[in-house]
Parts: sequence; structure tokens; C-alpha cells
Amino acid sequence: MTLYLLKRLGLGAVIVVIAVTLLYTMIHMVPGDPASVILGPRASAEMRAALSERMGLDDPLPVQIVSFFGDLLVGDMGMDVFSNRPVTTIVFEQLPYTLVLIGAGVSWAVLLGVPLGCYSALHRASWLDKVVAVLSVSAIAVPSFVVALYSLLVFAVALQWFPAVGAGDRGDLTDQIHHLVLPAFALGLGWVGYLARLVRASMLEVMGENHIRTARAFGLPERVIVFRYALRIAILPTITLLGVGIGSLLSSAVFAEIVFARPGIGKLIFDSVSTRNYPIVMGSVLVTTVLFVICTTLADLVNAFLDPRVRASL
Amino acid sequence: MRVLGLFWRNLRRVLREPLGLVGFTLALLLVLSALFADVMATHDPIGLSVMDRLQDPSAEHWLGTDQLGRDLYSRVLYGGQVALQVALIAVGAALAIGLVLGMLAGFGPPWLDNALMLLFDTLRSFPTVMFALAVVTLIGPSMGTVILVVVLTSIPTYGRLARTQTQSLKHAEFILAERAMGAGMGRILTVHILPNVVGPLLILASMDIPVVITIEAGLSFLGLGVRPPTPSWGSILNDGYSFVRNSPWPLIAGGLPLILTTIAFTFLGETLRDVFDPRIARER
Amino acid sequence: MSDTVLSVNNLSVDYRTERGAVQALRDVSLAVPRGGIVGIVGESGCGKSTLINAIIRLLAGNAGITGGEMIFEGRDLLGLSPDAMRRLRGDRLSMVFQDPMTSLNPVLSIGAQMRDLQYRNRVSRREKNRRAVAMLEKVGIPDAPSRLTQYPHEFSGGMRQRIGIAMALLAEPALLIADEPTTALDATLEVQIIHLLQALQRDTGCAILFISHHLGVIAELCEQVVVMYAGRVVESGAVRDIFHRPAHPYTARLLECDPARIQKATRELPTIPGDIPDLIHPPTGCIFRERCPHAFDACVTPPPWRDWSDGQRALCHLEARP
Repeated sequence: MTLYLLKRLGLGAVIVVIAVTLLYTMIHMVPGDPASVILGPRASAEMRAALSERMGLDDPLPVQIVSFFGDLLVGDMGMDVFSNRPVTTIVFEQLPYTLVLIGAGVSWAVLLGVPLGCYSALHRASWLDKVVAVLSVSAIAVPSFVVALYSLLVFAVALQWFPAVGAGDRGDLTDQIHHLVLPAFALGLGWVGYLARLVRASMLEVMGENHIRTARAFGLPERVIVFRYALRIAILPTITLLGVGIGSLLSSAVFAEIVFARPGIGKLIFDSVSTRNYPIVMGSVLVTTVLFVICTTLADLVNAFLDPRVRASL
Repeated sequence: MRVLGLFWRNLRRVLREPLGLVGFTLALLLVLSALFADVMATHDPIGLSVMDRLQDPSAEHWLGTDQLGRDLYSRVLYGGQVALQVALIAVGAALAIGLVLGMLAGFGPPWLDNALMLLFDTLRSFPTVMFALAVVTLIGPSMGTVILVVVLTSIPTYGRLARTQTQSLKHAEFILAERAMGAGMGRILTVHILPNVVGPLLILASMDIPVVITIEAGLSFLGLGVRPPTPSWGSILNDGYSFVRNSPWPLIAGGLPLILTTIAFTFLGETLRDVFDPRIARER
Repeated sequence: MSDTVLSVNNLSVDYRTERGAVQALRDVSLAVPRGGIVGIVGESGCGKSTLINAIIRLLAGNAGITGGEMIFEGRDLLGLSPDAMRRLRGDRLSMVFQDPMTSLNPVLSIGAQMRDLQYRNRVSRREKNRRAVAMLEKVGIPDAPSRLTQYPHEFSGGMRQRIGIAMALLAEPALLIADEPTTALDATLEVQIIHLLQALQRDTGCAILFISHHLGVIAELCEQVVVMYAGRVVESGAVRDIFHRPAHPYTARLLECDPARIQKATRELPTIPGDIPDLIHPPTGCIFRERCPHAFDACVTPPPWRDWSDGQRALCHLEARP
């Protein structure tokens, strides 16, 4: 088991290293010298020279990459040239907002999607099953930012039930939740569809297996069979799906934050892209990529932990 | 002629499913309206008329006008052209490259397989939009940027599928027979493996189209996609967002075709997969 | 309370399929005396599984009981509500399944599953564990207390089957139905399991309905045997009578073809020529006539039940033993 753990973490680390290298190299693939790229067209010659010196941009590429990694390991992602604050600080200030948003979105998707999938599996071919199936596919198809825009239009602007802007007052939890509802709804809607479908397929597969027949033959109540025996196994693929889905969740979060003018990594990146603030963009993309790799690795590990069969085969 | 008959037969199978019928019809309508935008449009999509800004739908402007007085209906039609262009080019390129790399990974020596798999995993570890934002910062926004990002992040999906298919075929009897007769890797790949691998990839592509259209619309919405004044559903949505308190119509006009298109192609793709997946087909 | 724990009378079951109704069971009758051991023997496809599923009322969705009745401990099984039936299962009636690999839940420990089975008993968890351990020891699982926390995949096939038997007997049932419990095991394990069942049956006094296509095992374990072919009972009676002086041609051929009976080395194993009939359109008259070496003109009419000695009866027109 520990060997698997190490191998999986090792693989994750290798991928992060390659991803970072790729991102860093991209600066140098762009026409023009890196300092101009970073500072933008308005920088003067002295500023460019100073930056080159400070960031070691004149050194050969491999040296730069190694020193970049060295800095990374101590948590230094460079300085934001405009505000003169460390990139790390800026990024990690905004990250919690995004994580909260994603957490809220996933939570509501799980709370609605899993029971729907379960119900569909148990009442296969009923009209509810068919309705859920069509709605699931539709929910998956529609882009989440369109859902965000339309909910803004309907619930915030037209009906005025929810606020349209911001994350709410910092000290006021109710206000913050009020601001969280629409963005989390938009983020999670597609996932309700994914989860409902996956849980349905998974449950159908498990319910057809022999051990369920044994449990029935021993007269165990249906509720015990469904929840304790079947769902426990059927839920496992969902964990992997969610782990891998972090990538798409992060992308959707960008849009949700922009549409509802919420603080977060998405908004940070977007604003930085517009001002060509390259260190911030790099830092943010780096952090989100690492987060993504961590989540997929974690999902694999959790899966291995929960399923004794997988544990045994390792 | 035989290929046409095969195509028609398969089409009928798809149309027999309710979702497939709806998806195919809608998709067909959308493709046609994009192709014949010139004929179907009522106004010039980039023609300004500030006096007529933000009007509600009327006989003159079927979907109303945006903040610069441009006819929304016509803009939507031309936006469809952009969406389809990006979708076809990006998906086509990703499929082609993924196919080749996947076949090589599946058929070639282990070191090549490992290297390619590592490449795939790395490309896949970038959240698409994040990656797009990074690339845009570097080389500026344009339709080309969008296509590049989509292609790079999609290659692994096609690559992995092609690889799995190739691997399972590698040990098939007829392949062994060919190798025994001295056929080289190139010939085996192109003549024998390729036709069998292409099918599943095409199904994947059909499910990928709505995703790609979404990405293009999303990036254009952020102002990082196609350059104005070229209409894109995403940029129409952006206008709608900026002026949401003045008029809901730009937002509705931009979102509606996007919703219909993504639903249409998703229904179609799902049906294709259900009809042609041997496991699911058996349960019918 | 009579001394028949289960009596099945003229049970008929159909499966509804696209091609038509499959007559899976026709007029099947059998009786299991209290504390007795009755075997059901027949080839694959003879309806054994359908019969079992009918008795425990867990037939597939497209199956329908088209006739007959089943009386278990004086109660009409067909008249019971699904809930009442569920209460019988795992309490008065329990089962051992054929495939030990897949019949236990893979993600719950053995202890958890055995405790779950005792859900009807309002005793403490510790007491449930104690009973589980006692039963595991009875079926010969070494070091039982520490096994409770282990998972099914940590046991061998033979051990898993023992656990299955332990689980079936936890309920202290009146009738234990064993659906080919030794088919998936090798010969040595099979012998062990059979001896185990015999010992347990002596101990608890429960009745056993034992299904198998392995004649030797039936002969060893059972007192009464029912021979099934193509959804019908063709012969029934005491094991001794049936196996030494079969009254139905099918039984006779089955015995002849049993590999265990072959005395001298031979190049070809004997078989019964032909296939089982199409159960959607079965032949008129005797179900076996198309493969029967003794078929004659009367066989196109339905055969009567002929009684031989001591309860042996066969569904055949022949007036002398084949």
C-alpha cells in the first residue's frame, strides 16, 4: 500500500515539474525579450534591465529553470511588479474564495445528483428515470457560464432575489451565503447531471451482482441492501470523477467569479491577463495546476483506501 | 456507393432514438443556418445604427438590437459560423494529431509509449481555461489562440483512446498474420489499424464539438477570443452582460443559440455512442 | 404442524421473452420432510435455478408463476405479501449459493455481513459477534475471532463456501436450500463440504434441499432425490431406489453417462444424444421422447405418473423398468 502511495505521489510530482517547466519555457518562446513580455510595452529600458538582472533572465535557460524551482520550493513565485508584493501572497489571498465556491457547488451537486441517480437506478424505465436522464444530459451540455449569466438575469436583475455582485460582508455569514447561492448553483448544475448519470449506471451494475442476490435471499430489508451494500460500492467511481473534475470546476469558477464579480483566483487571473501581468498569471496557473494534480492523486488514493479489493491488489 | 449505403443505415439507427432525432434535427438546422447565414440574415451583422440601440424584438429586428444598434438575429447567425469554424478545425486537428500519436504509443516500443503517456498526462493536467488564459497573455487573443489551446488540451483524450484501441488490436490474429508476412509498422498502422481505430474517435469527436464551441464562446465572452467586430456568441453574451440592466435581449440572443447547439450536439453524440457501443447495444 | 416442511404442488413458471413464453417449469411437485435431505438432480437448463428462485420468491422481472402452489411450514408462499416473504428469508428459510467468489459483498468485512444477518435479533453487537464466531468455528474456519474483520477476498474459495454455510445456518432455518454449493470447488473440497453439511444437519435438524448435477454427491448426501429434465420432474423417490433401479429412461441414461461409473478406460465418454427441447414450443406428449432410446408410439401422448415401490414414481409410459 505504501509503495503505491509513493509511486502515485512520485508520478504527481513528475507531472508538476514538467508542467511548470513547460509554463516557464513559454515565456521564452514568445517573440521579444522576456523582460518586455513581463513588463509590457510601457516599460522603460532601465526597468527592463533591472528586471532582467533581478530575475536572472540573461542566464542560460536551464539555469533559470533550476533557480525557478529553487525559489518555488521555498514558496517564492517572484514579485508582482505593479504592487511590489510577493506573488505567492497575492495568489493565496484569493484562493480561499475560489475553494469555497467550488466546495459549495460540488456540495449541492452531490446532495441532489446522488439521490437522483440512486432513485433512477431503482426505478429503471419509470417516467421519472427518463425525465432525469434527459435533464441530466441537458445539464451536462449547457455551458456553466451561460447558466451563470441567465441566473444573474432572472434571479438577480429581474426578480432581485439574490445579489448580483461580490462575496458579501466579511463578518456576516448569512450575507456571504446569500451571495454564494447563484454562483454555486451555476457551477454545480452540470455536475448534478454527471453525478446522476454515473451513480445510476454504477448502481445498476452493482445491483445486478451476485452478492446483492445473496443479501436479498437472506431477507435483508431493501433499504439496507441499497444503502449499505450497493451504494457503498457504487459511489466509488464518483470519487474519481470528482477528483478529475477539479480541472473543469476551476475553469467554471473563473467564469462564475467574473459574472458575479466575486473575488477569487479566476477573477485574479482575468484581471492580470488584461493588464498582461505575467508573474501573477503564471503564479495562478501554477497553483491551480498543482491543485489539480493533487486532487487527482488524492482521488486515486481515497479510492484505493475505500475499496479493500483495490488495496489487496496493490 | 456502398459507403453511402452504410452511412444511411447508421443514420437511420441514430434517428430511431428520440434523443438522436432531436439532436440531429437541431444540429442540422444550426449547421445550415450557419452555412446560409448570408442568405438568412436580415441585416449586416456589423452595421452600426446607434439610434436603434437596445431595442426589443420587432418585425424589423427579430431578436432586437445590441448597444450599438446592430441586429442581434443576424449577429447570431454569423456567430454560428465562427463557432462551427473553430469547432471543426480544432476538433479535426486534435483528432488527427491524437490519432497518430496514440497509434504510435500503442504500437511502438515501450519507451515511446511511456514518453507519450507522460506528455498526455502533463497536457491534461492543465485546466483548459487557465491554460488558455496563460497562452493569451503571451500571444494575444485571436481565433488562432483559441484553436491552439483547444487542440493542445484535447490531444490527450484522442491519443489515449487511439492508444487503447491500437493496443487491443495489436494482438489480434490478423495483425500477427500480416507481420508474419513481413508487413512493416507503417503499413500495418495505416491499412489495418487505422480504419478500426477511427470509428470510436469520431464518436468522441462528436461529443467534443459542444465542448469546443463552449470554450470558444467562453473565451470570446471574456474578450479573449475572436476580435471584435466579428460576431461570436460569446461576445454577444459579453455585450448582454455589460448591458444586462438595460435590456435582456442581447443576453438572451447570445445564450439561446449556444444552449441549443450544445444540447443538440450532446444529444447526437450520446446517441451515437449508445448505438455504436457494443456493450450497450447488446442490452437493447 | 405436519412433518413436511416444504411441499411444492404442480408448480409452473413461464418466462416472458420476445420470442414467446418459455415454459421453464411445468407441474413440478416435490416434498421435503422435516429434517430430511432431498436432492434435485438434472442437467444445466433443466429448471433447477428457476425452481429455487420460485421457492424463495426472487424470480426475475419477466417470470410469472402460472400455476400450482407452494406450502412452507403450513403457509401458502404464493399468498404471502412481499414483506412477509422477506421476513421468512434468512429466518426460517436460507440459502447457500453456487459461486463463493461473487456471492459475498466485497467491501464489507465478514463480521459486518454476519452481524447484518442477525438484524432481527435484538441482542448486543458483542453477542452477535459471539454467535458469528461460534458458527465459523462450527464450519471449521480456524482462528475464527480474528477472521471477523477480514474481507471475502482474503479467503480461499473453499473457506468462502464454508462462510456461506455458516451464514445460512446462523438463522437456524427450518429449510436450507443449497444451490450447487460444491460445483465451483475441486473434488477434495467438495467432499469436505458435503461431510460438513451432513454433520451440521445432524446437529441442527434442519431440512436440506440440495441441488446438483453431480450424481455421486447426491447419492452420498441425500435420502430422497428428484430428477428434473427440461422443466419437469421425471422421476422421484428414495436415493437407493433411483440410483440402483431407475424407473425413467432419462435417469437410466444419466447414470450410465456418469463418468464416475466408468470401470474401464475408454476413448469416448458416453453422452445422451440430442439437445434439450425448445421450451417455447415443447414437443407434444413426453418431454424426453426425442432423445429416449425406448420411445414408442404411446409417447406422443402425455405420460402418466407410474408408482413403483416405496414412493418411487416416474413420469413414463413404460411398464417395465428400462
